Amino acid sequence: MVALRPAVAAGDTLPAMESDAELLRRLRAGDEQAFVTLVERHNGSMLRLAASFVPSRAVAEEVVQETWLAALRGLAGFEGRSSLKTWLFSILVNRARSAGVRESRTIPVADAGPVVDASRFGPDGAWLSPPEHWIEEAESRIDAVKLAELLRSALDGLPARQREVVVLRDVEGLTSAEVCGVLAISEGNQRVLLHRGRGKLRQVLETELGGGSR
Amino acid sequence: MRVPAVVRRDLVCQQVVELVTAYLEGALSRSGRRRLEKHLGGCPHCTEYLAQIRETIRLAGRLTPEDLTPQMRSDLTEVYRRWRAEG
Repeated sequence: MVALRPAVAAGDTLPAMESDAELLRRLRAGDEQAFVTLVERHNGSMLRLAASFVPSRAVAEEVVQETWLAALRGLAGFEGRSSLKTWLFSILVNRARSAGVRESRTIPVADAGPVVDASRFGPDGAWLSPPEHWIEEAESRIDAVKLAELLRSALDGLPARQREVVVLRDVEGLTSAEVCGVLAISEGNQRVLLHRGRGKLRQVLETELGGGSR
Repeated sequence: MRVPAVVRRDLVCQQVVELVTAYLEGALSRSGRRRLEKHLGGCPHCTEYLAQIRETIRLAGRLTPEDLTPQMRSDLTEVYRRWRAEG
């Protein structure tokens, strides 16, 4: 968007990117442009997270809108103890969970199966069918767009709880403590869900990119 | 078929793949970490598996969020104005 920013106060340098805290200060002072900048910064992540809870794009957009409105209404109570992103995600998860229930999407618990199929190990527990190489192939054999599509559809294929954890941890880069807070789950539960989810993504990449014919 | 003993036996590959996340999360005990690293030191397949998990995490972190559509932008501007009007 090509628009001149309002003049900055004397002594300020014009930062390449204003911090969330600064934008919040301006937002509290009634600056609509600060809101737009925050939306541009966080909306994509929120939409992606919402989409991991609810089945349709339209509902996800609705959840994101509700989240922004709830955030504006709760602005006075946000003390900056967590990052803005984590706070927004917490609001969103609450909204999305109730919307998800409305849409009657079931939330399965973590499946208990092994992360690598048992048939790939011998009776002594050693690899019979070891991991096929694909790391180098991932970026040389298929282009970045296809790789992103592959990962997105692999994420979509995960059970909801695993997808939520993997999206927050590995896609959004939250810490495990932040994820536990946002999703209201225990550290141990978070780890199990992350383990299963990552394992399945790896398997998809191996199946799609590995050299063999499995 | 041998049943793996619970105590202090060297880890086998099938156990190692189930411990990878706890390892990366720093959630293993010191002795658990030592046993796992000892196994990795002698097992190229599990080392490859761990590298693949790390690569999976790295690739997931490169997924970019969607851009804001003009429709969403105007919807959210509307949300803002509605909130302002609440006074």
